[in-house]
Amino acid sequence: MTGVAIIGVGHSVFGTRRDVNIPELCWESMKPAFENANLEPKDIEFFVVGNLGIWSSELAIPAIMAEYADLAPKGSMRVEAACATGSAAIRVGYTAIKSGLADLVLVLGVEKMQESPNPNVIELIGRFGSYFWEFENFGLTFPGYYAMHASAYMMKYGATEEDFAKVAVKAHHYAAKNPYAQFRKEIDVATVMKGPYVAWPLKLFDCSPITDGSACVILASEKKVKELGIEEKVWILSQGVGTGTANLSKREDFTSLASARYAAEQAYKLAGIDDPVKQLDGANVHDCFTAPEVIAYEDLGFCKRGEGYKLAREGQTYIGGKIPVNVDGGLKAKGHPIGATGVSMAVEAYKQLLRKADKGRQADIKNGRWLAHNIGGTGHYAYVTIYGLEKR
Amino acid sequence: MDVKEAIEKMGFPIIPDEKSNAWQWFDVRELKLRYILSVEGIKKFYEGLKEGKLLATKCKCGRIFFPPQKDCPSCKKSEMDWIELKKEGVLETLTVIHVRPTSFSHYDPYAVGIAKLDDGVRILAWYRGEPKLKPGQRVKVEIVKRKEGYQTYELVPI
Repeated sequence: MTGVAIIGVGHSVFGTRRDVNIPELCWESMKPAFENANLEPKDIEFFVVGNLGIWSSELAIPAIMAEYADLAPKGSMRVEAACATGSAAIRVGYTAIKSGLADLVLVLGVEKMQESPNPNVIELIGRFGSYFWEFENFGLTFPGYYAMHASAYMMKYGATEEDFAKVAVKAHHYAAKNPYAQFRKEIDVATVMKGPYVAWPLKLFDCSPITDGSACVILASEKKVKELGIEEKVWILSQGVGTGTANLSKREDFTSLASARYAAEQAYKLAGIDDPVKQLDGANVHDCFTAPEVIAYEDLGFCKRGEGYKLAREGQTYIGGKIPVNVDGGLKAKGHPIGATGVSMAVEAYKQLLRKADKGRQADIKNGRWLAHNIGGTGHYAYVTIYGLEKR
Repeated sequence: MDVKEAIEKMGFPIIPDEKSNAWQWFDVRELKLRYILSVEGIKKFYEGLKEGKLLATKCKCGRIFFPPQKDCPSCKKSEMDWIELKKEGVLETLTVIHVRPTSFSHYDPYAVGIAKLDDGVRILAWYRGEPKLKPGQRVKVEIVKRKEGYQTYELVPI
């Protein structure tokens, strides 16, 4: 089967984007992706839009963009996998090329969450588990689902709220150096600890924000890479995908996400990775809250189960530590426009591996491999993707 | 400024954003969402709750389902027995929802926990008691009437 490469990337500024409508926000990341790949919209054979969309006005974004960006009459679809929507969109583009059905695919992730007022977003996002048994009856919110993992983790391993706070401090440290991030300022542990509880033990600064944003990648087959003479590219080495139960009560424990472990195992096997810390140069993990970043360290095998909080406590996931994680600010401080997040992780992998990251947040690239861990819901969907400079 | 005032003032339902001054069109078509969900397949669960019982389904193959499920994917049969769960177990995790959805804003911050019942199934419900999580905390399930006037179940420390 053919290899699949990212040959162009684009990223909008993440944040409160009252200055643009949906197609304008999409174009903000599509235009640089076209320029980056030296392609025109007419060259694209198929396109995929990752968008959750329940809080925004336009549902037919593929058609909106077919019109706005001259992609008609090419084939398209909109895909959804909660907060892993962006990676699901990449999955569709990746498999379309792998299967030989297309050679050039555009993948766009977009979310305009602030078209709805915050209370509506909180109301809607709480429904990403089992709507009936968890939300309708017991009013679980999205922070609540992860808070139940944070508290179980603290009870089992002795981690503290301060340990989680350090994850937020790191996120803001790198977001301050990322011109596309929503929160471009540093914070300290005391600021996190002073914040009001959203869902105990998670406080305001443990949580990712409500964000508008878009990200875009253009994927190409090996044949197309050669034909176009593309030099700057990053290959998708592998992707693992998992799904978890809707009800949290159907799971065996709350200190790990089984679907993420399953996805990681597949991705590592396909990419020939048996020692991730040694074989990867860094990672983007799904830090929609601080505690799940710590859990991700363990699910991805960056450390043993029960030791993730020590990596956070010791600062081992900064650049220069054991393995750099979320050095773009993560979901926590770069922002989390649901459908765009997985695509934004791919853009970051491209930038890091090609040494195009901003000053102060470029990781040391020795192995030429970067990992993206993108979770939908609370492990309801899990995507682990490994990107590399050299085709396997 | 509301939409009506905006139309009078601006000529359109357009309100400039307070922070950025960027023009925002305020949707004139408002949608209220309320779903209608079938519970026909698990109506015995609600009949049980009315009598103060917490019911689960049990397949002939021995598999127990809670929340109750009509069909068994293990043996592909749909002839379930309804069994009453022992209403005691161990609390496994807990949170307190401080920032509530609007549809729960008439409640004070509430604790939600998951317990593993002695029958082996887990249950998620509100937790009534001091919200502290400690290993091995025993809890019981109480059937109670909630503010909206219908029966539900809660976890209570023993």
